[in-house]
Amino acid sequence: MTRDGMAISAYALPVGLVFGLTALQARYSLLDVMANSSIAFAGGAQFAAAGLVKDGASWLAIAGVTALVNARHLLYSAALAPYTIAGTRRERAVMAHFLTDETFALALAHFRRIGRFDRRGYWMAAMAIFVPWTIGSALGYLVAGAVDTNRLGLDVAFPAAMAGLSLGMVSGRRDVAAAVGAVAVAVPVGLAAGASVGLVAGAILGPFFGLATPASPNEESSAPETPEPSAEAGLP
Amino acid sequence: MNLSMSLVPLAFLMWAVTYPSRALPMLAPGIERLPPRAVTYLRLAGPSALASLAGVNCLLTSGGPRSLLIGVEPVAVLVCVAIVARTRLLLPGVAAAVVLVALARAWGMG
Repeated sequence: MTRDGMAISAYALPVGLVFGLTALQARYSLLDVMANSSIAFAGGAQFAAAGLVKDGASWLAIAGVTALVNARHLLYSAALAPYTIAGTRRERAVMAHFLTDETFALALAHFRRIGRFDRRGYWMAAMAIFVPWTIGSALGYLVAGAVDTNRLGLDVAFPAAMAGLSLGMVSGRRDVAAAVGAVAVAVPVGLAAGASVGLVAGAILGPFFGLATPASPNEESSAPETPEPSAEAGLP
Repeated sequence: MNLSMSLVPLAFLMWAVTYPSRALPMLAPGIERLPPRAVTYLRLAGPSALASLAGVNCLLTSGGPRSLLIGVEPVAVLVCVAIVARTRLLLPGVAAAVVLVALARAWGMG
């Protein structure tokens, strides 16, 4: 868990830096950047919003895109719910603010690995992304222009990390079918209707590819009432 | 330095449209008693969503009209996946992808 969290932090810092650069180009102030990264705290949506602010889009449009891009959190939250139910309601309400792709991937894999809710594990996962993301955003804003992130290849860190995290959640052929199906939906839909629509379409429709695939033996033997704890489901 | 706070309310607006999807399932009573098929769907949603993010971000161009990205980036992501599959460690995979893209761009191939 600690090692996985460090890997997430190591990529969150440079990606946060890229967001800081992007926000500067969209004429955010440093306070705007810090507020965006700590209050909205939604990487992909923050990048989309910065692009829309730069293009002079209305806040209503930005809110709509944000809701669409972040709709997948509904699925993350529901997948974690069988575990987090062990926490208090107030605690869950606070935990929800820190639920991101990375928090979800780290926490769910950890819960599956140990077969139960682990409060400390969730907060380690959340802080592994929150702290470097907010610091990276501020640093990126402050040192904008000094680093050529494209030349350094840092822009590939996000998709690479997402692919690696996705692989870490694969525990059978249904997961593979869902992941491959999701990409098969997301890319053409993204081409036709925009990346955010493609993202949501892939996330929503991908699982149906998995459901249509016969379960492998280790998937069939798992209890159906809760997400399956699996030693093989651990993160890379 | 620009010290304006004009976009701080936008951050709260973005939070307001994001928080419900993050919180409602966690706070909804009885969510843990979902039908098995729904639980399976939700379990599969994780790899689906992350794979979608990876696919869209490495296979589509950013900025302007979207088109398929032909370049070193998808190869770098595949290299990352291969390393992660072999080592079960994320950081070496991401590092290899970044280095590969940086080298390719330094050689004018990116």
